[in-house]
Amino acid sequence: MPDMAIIVPSVLNGLTTGALYALVALGLTLIYGVLHIINFAHGALLMLGLYAVYYLNVQFGIDPYVALLIVPPGMFALGYALQRGIIGRASHGRDENILLVTLGLAIVIENLSLFLFKSDTRIVDVPYGFQVVEIFGAFLPLPKVVAFAGALITAALLWLIMSKTDLGRAIRALAKERKGAQLVGIDVEHVFAMSFGLGIACLGVAACLLLPSYYVNPQVGHGFVLIAFTIVVLGGMGSFVGALLGGLIIGVVEALGGLFFGESLGQLGIFLIFILVLVFRPTGLLGHKV
Amino acid sequence: MTDKTLKGGLRRREFLATGAAALGLGVTGFPSVLRAQAAPVKIGLIHPVSGFIAFSGTQCREGAMMAIADINAAGGIKSMGGAKVEAVLADSQGKPEIGAAEVTKMAEAGIDGIVAGYASSISLATSQEAAKTNTPHVVDVGVSDQIVQRGLANTFRFGPGYGKIAEFAVDNLDTINKAAGSPAKTAMIIHEESLFGTGTAGLLSKRLPERGIEVIDVIKHANPTRDFTNIVLQIKSQKPDLIIPANYYNEYVLLARTMRQQRIEAKGIYSVLGGAASNYKFVNEFPEAADLIMDCNHWFNPKSDVALERKTAAEAKGLIYTYEVFLAYNAVLGLVDAIERAGSTDKDAVNAALAASEMDMSYMPYGATKMVDGQNAGAQPVNTQVQNGDIEVIFPAEFASAETVFPMGG
Repeated sequence: MPDMAIIVPSVLNGLTTGALYALVALGLTLIYGVLHIINFAHGALLMLGLYAVYYLNVQFGIDPYVALLIVPPGMFALGYALQRGIIGRASHGRDENILLVTLGLAIVIENLSLFLFKSDTRIVDVPYGFQVVEIFGAFLPLPKVVAFAGALITAALLWLIMSKTDLGRAIRALAKERKGAQLVGIDVEHVFAMSFGLGIACLGVAACLLLPSYYVNPQVGHGFVLIAFTIVVLGGMGSFVGALLGGLIIGVVEALGGLFFGESLGQLGIFLIFILVLVFRPTGLLGHKV
Repeated sequence: MTDKTLKGGLRRREFLATGAAALGLGVTGFPSVLRAQAAPVKIGLIHPVSGFIAFSGTQCREGAMMAIADINAAGGIKSMGGAKVEAVLADSQGKPEIGAAEVTKMAEAGIDGIVAGYASSISLATSQEAAKTNTPHVVDVGVSDQIVQRGLANTFRFGPGYGKIAEFAVDNLDTINKAAGSPAKTAMIIHEESLFGTGTAGLLSKRLPERGIEVIDVIKHANPTRDFTNIVLQIKSQKPDLIIPANYYNEYVLLARTMRQQRIEAKGIYSVLGGAASNYKFVNEFPEAADLIMDCNHWFNPKSDVALERKTAAEAKGLIYTYEVFLAYNAVLGLVDAIERAGSTDKDAVNAALAASEMDMSYMPYGATKMVDGQNAGAQPVNTQVQNGDIEVIFPAEFASAETVFPMGG
């Protein structure tokens, strides 16, 4: 039985890790929850974002946090273009097509990355990489504390966009009633692409906040995508607060699971939660009943 | 139409006439020239250049290709009229069954020898498949002892096997500890959950207590593990003298980074085949986190000019000089040396030549090359330590480039 001296730091660390998961899940919940696109390319696009941050740092000396000004807008443009140019066109409005198209995209992106970037694991060396913040006697790595704050801010921003702007209203209208939205003059293709772009821009934010404490290689997305899907289901599809809450819960469950059942079984808890939620509360913590 | 001009201004009829004449001359006029253009010797290189171990696979391929380029630049295989060596490349994708399927394809296409397959599991499959056609097969890295214990007449390994490496690791740790007045009395093992990590952990937790080092905890983790804080917190609360990681590169990087963030102070960090501690990439990217970490791993002889020249040549090509590069290089060299001595690509003759190999490998920290059941009995690992941003050999003494610094911070 681990003592409190370990449990407190472990929970705090779980919260910061969970915030990172939540960041990845935020984009997914927008795309998956609102547009009903199961985006299998989410992990691959996160990996692209991480490479962008990496190369900006290595080639131009741009700090990952400064890259927040460059990478998320870039990822937004990429997402917009992907939805308009490839996913939207190839899907012909059928969900099963979208599924296969995003899966295909993931394979193409990953193999292109393998070809272009090689499979080295790369890390950035930032001056604050080893700095820690002491909270309740626990040493929390500074990059993770920043990521925690970043996840909260991003979730708040997304919530603002969705509830206070015309774009948000259009996205919500489209999610609820596509034909009706069309009738009132909403440009469906444009709004779809904007939503997809927003979702991918979230990955750009995640990439900037993640890289100072993590690494990048062409396979790096795999480790996050399944967790992100779990968080989306747990939090309730399309709910940003739910995704944030879900991410934090998953982070803490993983941390404590690792502590009590051994590290290789730590992830068991995550998927137990996944199954329990599907069985007992399929709408998720904050999801709405259909 | 018949006057259609081909590239270079030759008309079609002229071209045909010249071609026929050249052919006639070739067959009848210059038979000796034809014979001098010996058919190339084809060597299959099967490595996991995609998939989860693609980095290592690519490094192996690069090393093997460098060896082939060097051999050809030096005049090819002399006993076969200067025959050039030609690489036939294949990707196992990190999967044994795909590696084996590539062997089948190569054997059907008439391959003269195979160098494969980085991982033990893949090497086991490729060598077994090659044995069906008696195709000479040299294992470059795969350390599993089983590879050379199946009585396959076609399977050879110039590098050391796992049993030897593990023995060596325990013996040398004991020597290093005793030389410093036995400051290390406890150890914690952090290992990944596949055969490599579990095997190493099992062996060390059995053998270390015999040398007076108590193993106070063994922590297993999954691949990938995204966060090592829990594990490091446990290390912190148990305060072992020695930390022994046995994991792959990605996890090693995160573990080392977290240990530094959580300000872990141990007397030593000692790995067995622990990728990062003998990896220039890690040392260059994290000089502070890497400092004084020790490893028992494959390495070259730092006192050999040949080894240092090869390292420089590899680095000039933009390669990181990891053990995959020089072990694959050596494997190709060993195979070609056997073909050279056999004077032909006859499979039995090449296998016999491999079994009798006494190749000079003084560029490696090995004893004399002597094949026993396909394993080079002279092969051994060395102990390395990161010192001042460089990787130094600290043991055995005859190859050492620096003194051991142990305990750390002491």
